[in-house]
Amino acid sequence: MLRFILMRLGKAVIILIAILILNFFLIHAAPGDPAAVMAGEAGAADEKFIADLREQFGLDKPLLTQLGIYLGGVLQLDLGFSYRQQMPVADLIFDRLPATLILTLTAFVIALTLGTIAGVLASARVGKWSDTFISTLALLFYATPLYWAALMAVLVFSVYLNWLPGFGYETVGADHEGFARLLDIAKHLILPATTLGLFFMAVYMRMTRASMLEVSQLDFVKTARAKGLKPGIIQRRHIFRNAMLPVVTLAGLQAGQLVGGAVLTETVFAWPGIGRLMFEALAQRDYNVLLGVFFVSAAMVLLFNLITDILYRFVDPRIRVG
Amino acid sequence: MLKRLTTLAAALLVSTALHAEPVSGGRANVVIQPEPPSLMVGLVQNGPTQMVAGNIYEGLLRYDNDLNPMPQLAKEWEVSEDGLTYTFKLHENVKWHDGEPFTSADVVFSADQFLRETHARLRTSLEHVESITAPDDYTVVFKLKQPFGPFLGIFEVGTMPMIPKHIYEGTDYKTNEANNTPIGTGPFKFEEWVKGSHILLTKNEDYYEEGKPYLDEIYWHVIPDAASRAVAYETGVVDILPGGSIENFDVPRITEMDNTCVTDAGWEYFGPLSWMWLNNREGPTADKRFRQAVMYAMDREFAKSALWNDLGKVSTGPVSSSTRFYTDDVNTYEYNPDKAKELLEEMGYDGETVRLLPLPYGETWQRWAEAVKQNLGEVGINVEIVSTDVAGWNQKLAEWDYDMAFTYLYQYGDPALGVARTYISSNIAKGSQWNNVEGYENEKVDELFAKAAVAVTAEERQEIYTELQKILTDDVPVAWLLELGFPTIYRCNVKDLVTTAIGVNDGFKDAYIEK
Repeated sequence: MLRFILMRLGKAVIILIAILILNFFLIHAAPGDPAAVMAGEAGAADEKFIADLREQFGLDKPLLTQLGIYLGGVLQLDLGFSYRQQMPVADLIFDRLPATLILTLTAFVIALTLGTIAGVLASARVGKWSDTFISTLALLFYATPLYWAALMAVLVFSVYLNWLPGFGYETVGADHEGFARLLDIAKHLILPATTLGLFFMAVYMRMTRASMLEVSQLDFVKTARAKGLKPGIIQRRHIFRNAMLPVVTLAGLQAGQLVGGAVLTETVFAWPGIGRLMFEALAQRDYNVLLGVFFVSAAMVLLFNLITDILYRFVDPRIRVG
Repeated sequence: MLKRLTTLAAALLVSTALHAEPVSGGRANVVIQPEPPSLMVGLVQNGPTQMVAGNIYEGLLRYDNDLNPMPQLAKEWEVSEDGLTYTFKLHENVKWHDGEPFTSADVVFSADQFLRETHARLRTSLEHVESITAPDDYTVVFKLKQPFGPFLGIFEVGTMPMIPKHIYEGTDYKTNEANNTPIGTGPFKFEEWVKGSHILLTKNEDYYEEGKPYLDEIYWHVIPDAASRAVAYETGVVDILPGGSIENFDVPRITEMDNTCVTDAGWEYFGPLSWMWLNNREGPTADKRFRQAVMYAMDREFAKSALWNDLGKVSTGPVSSSTRFYTDDVNTYEYNPDKAKELLEEMGYDGETVRLLPLPYGETWQRWAEAVKQNLGEVGINVEIVSTDVAGWNQKLAEWDYDMAFTYLYQYGDPALGVARTYISSNIAKGSQWNNVEGYENEKVDELFAKAAVAVTAEERQEIYTELQKILTDDVPVAWLLELGFPTIYRCNVKDLVTTAIGVNDGFKDAYIEK
């Protein structure tokens, strides 16, 4: 097991560096550079101004030299400096990371629990009206574009009903402390986490339902029934446990996106996470920040894939890692 | 003989007395978008930076809505009769936010050292300055090489902010730690910046103007999505939407709300003028008749009413009507598709497709490009819209890779500051999107702009600029669209929010919230 983990980690490092190099060239292939963007925003600039910026950002050096400098930094765990934001990239990312983790993790938990429960319920009542209802709802969630759902949620719950704040991480300037602050953040979390979770909730529901139905037709379930086990126990011990495998696979994939996967939600809801940071960095061609976010996201994806593989063992001990 | 220009201050005192008595206290919640890269306005001059930093930093002068100078850090000033010597007397009880006194040494440092190195726009203006000296702690003398008409117009906070000498002298300006905790002389102090969320400024208790500012604090909310910014106002999270905060089609809905006021004042100094760059070097746009045809073909009144809620004005030429030396005695281009067709026929336009770059600043500009495409299509011009993001747009313009491209530029109150740069041939250089991007070359125009900048009397300057406006509106180097009107939307109980020609950018020192 340990040897397996070490080997996987070694491979992960190589993959990470390959991803970094690829990203580096992709980003630099996009038209415009951060100096031009900053000069553009300043509303006036002469050649000296732009040349100064390029020199300050190190953009006057050959591309390969820039790559070398960047990779050298990353190997020493230095993600570089954002001249745009006047902060080290690592600080920027780690300032923003908690907000993203809270948002995506909540969405993930909502999606996974509600999705699985709904899937189990639907499969237990297959063909009945409650199954149709749940399945239709799932289809609706699955098909609704995220930004539209987000805007409608804000319109209904924030503008018309005024129940929940429509954007932001907490009430700015309210200076809540302790539990009051937690409550405040939780309130702000409801709309973005729910809209972000809707799509995956639908996916989990459909997958759980299909998987449950499939497993329930297998021979060992028939055997269990023939032995006279109670339906509840068959559902829980025999069907559910086996039906969860594909769901775990998918959840592992989604978990990998926890870090970088909320660009749209964070932008619509003004959520100060790294999805938004990435989006803004892209528009501003803030190379170091973009590369930094990609790096952290890629690392997370690799990490979660590893965790998923290990989790398989616990869900189904027959599966061997290696 | 010296000429005094300080009567205006007295006039202002009278006019404020007519208002209700301002009250102290309260908080302003304002939208800021996009998040500024830095608040150090001496180093970074983009829009959001200027908007927040105008509360922290100050210039020597402010300008009223007719662009007349008013005192700020300079309480009075004198101009010698030959137009070469400008003497400023500073307020004597001004302190930096860290408690150090503000003196003439700071002015000399800011103008002569710091900003000459960092501020591209000011650097160009300062080329006319021979020396900047401080005969005593509270007097500063600018001596010019030759008269420079717009000189008194370069002292507002975005153009010449005062930078603390004791913090920056002898350091590497760009990497100075203090850039993250800006120290100015302004009515509000920097308190906190939670990136991605908000910027907090608090009242400067030691401000040198008695009783001001009135507000206790200002929260600038960073909200990246335009629809969310509208929601922020609707749900009461913010009370002030500076011009351009929300999409134009949301403006009517928001301004119809109770207790909501709107003004398009406060942009006179900038005079944002939109036009389409027309590539004068190659393709059909190199032909003057084609460019004139474009002017006739566009229904700019329609664009104004349908896309801009009737705010702003149809432009008559290169100079905005709020800018000094404007004249409307020029060739004007009414919407006239038939005339456009005639011109196109005369030049033998073969239907070659022209590429149009919209401005990637939101829906309005995208739709405007579509309207133009339709207008031009009606007279037989084939337009292909090429969409880009901001960085791509910058690059395409800077490298002249376009046929027609939307933009808008500021005028800074005087043709020598904000107009000449677009049309003089010495400003043709790849690499910047704010110079003569269209590649227009006209010796006569070069000569006249050079002459006008150093002419001593206003009459003389008016005469030259009138001639210039006539030549340019005949040549149509670019296709002028609208003098943009950006509405500032706010709750009506916020008073004296926009009091000068740079509007919200001038800081909230006069603003108060009526109880």
